[in-house]
Amino acid sequence: MMEKLRLATLWFDGCSGCHMSLLDTDERLLELTAFLDIVYSPLVDVKEFPDKVDITCVEGAISSPEDERMLVRVRNSSRLLVALGDCAVTGNIPAMRNIEGAPAMLRSIYTSGNGLQPQIPALDLPALNDKALPLHRFVPVDLFIPGCPPGADTLFTALTALIHGNTGHIALPTCFGA
Amino acid sequence: MTTPILTLTIDGKEVSGLAGETILQVARENGFFIPTLCWLDGLTSAGSCRLCMVEIKGSAALHPACITLIQEGMAVTTSSERLLRYRRAIIELLFSERNHVCAVCVVNGHCELQTLAQQLGIDHISFPGLYPDLPVDASHPRFVIDHNRCILCTRCVRVCGEIEGAHTWDVKNRGVRSQIVADFDTPWGDSTTCTGCGKCVHVCPTGALFEKGKSVAEMFKKPLGLPYLKAIRDLGV
Ligand code: SF4
Ligand code: SF4
Ligand code: SF4
Ligand code: FES
Repeated sequence: MMEKLRLATLWFDGCSGCHMSLLDTDERLLELTAFLDIVYSPLVDVKEFPDKVDITCVEGAISSPEDERMLVRVRNSSRLLVALGDCAVTGNIPAMRNIEGAPAMLRSIYTSGNGLQPQIPALDLPALNDKALPLHRFVPVDLFIPGCPPGADTLFTALTALIHGNTGHIALPTCFGA
Repeated sequence: MTTPILTLTIDGKEVSGLAGETILQVARENGFFIPTLCWLDGLTSAGSCRLCMVEIKGSAALHPACITLIQEGMAVTTSSERLLRYRRAIIELLFSERNHVCAVCVVNGHCELQTLAQQLGIDHISFPGLYPDLPVDASHPRFVIDHNRCILCTRCVRVCGEIEGAHTWDVKNRGVRSQIVADFDTPWGDSTTCTGCGKCVHVCPTGALFEKGKSVAEMFKKPLGLPYLKAIRDLGV
């Protein structure tokens, strides 16, 4: 039996839909975990990103200095970095704010209506970068999986290919917006 | 006088066509796929998107198949590493130039730009996005133009001028600042020339033109049978 590969997944500025797609692989998750150990993920209780990871799948755009710092840390500790879903691949919906910038977006959401005591939440929240950007604007990415979210079959196909050491072109039945 | 028949090769296969036909026409007649975006059967060819570029033996330049006429003895190549590289770059530049968010777009799942990206194997956009601040004009009672999704193919301009005969649309400015305008840059709803026929909406390859009330992925474009409409127009019936 070959040694299991170490898989990490992260969730930056996204909606968790890509992680839901991963869970949507249903019983095939067991097939995957026969080859993979999930060493860090919103789905498991590990606080610190480990030092040596084989495959890291990242959901979400990079939206804050904290995201940036974490992404670099993750890239340095991972053999393969996968951009999981449209937000990580293109910026997608979080990047809709890029037209006017983060402060304008926060104002329009929190203070432009007729709410009671309108205020922009700031306490204990990371400051937002002006733009939400895809991963490859910051670090090299080994595999892009577009789709919002990419389907369970797509994720299963991609992870299976990576498990078998196929890192060249992997044909995936997905596209932007899929 | 009969039209001369010319013989040429496409991807090594010997084919023939009538003098005056374009490389694209002859390629399609013979089952070769050349991607196109600004070209639409029944409209004049603009030759502006450059997606249909092909290689011609003996010429270092690339040639747009939709406006290049066939010649006797021509040797055409429709796909190569180099062509794929350029075609991908064109599509990626279109994505980075305006604001495309397929997941929440009215034509998600049936958009020519999105489909071409997938066909050409584009899985990310190498160029940084420009994120321009562009208007959405919903002043027309039945239709909307969202400039965020417009790729400036000018199909709307041509169908409105050439088939409907209204010539409501045109292009203002140049280069990256170009924008489609109704009449003399008035809100579409105030246009005195638009007949409300909807032809522009249905030839638009993207989600830039759509029917009011359509939400994410709900807008389907109908083929209009333009060559047929054009033939009727030319007959004057
Ligand atoms: S117009 Fe097409 S490519 Fe642009 S956002 Fe809509 S679906 Fe995506
Ligand atoms: S609806 Fe018809 S007349 Fe009006 S702009 Fe479009 S093509 Fe022209
Ligand atoms: S509105 Fe549509 S048809 Fe007109 S130029 Fe833009 S993309 Fe082309
Ligand atoms: S299709 Fe030929 S240049 Fe656009």
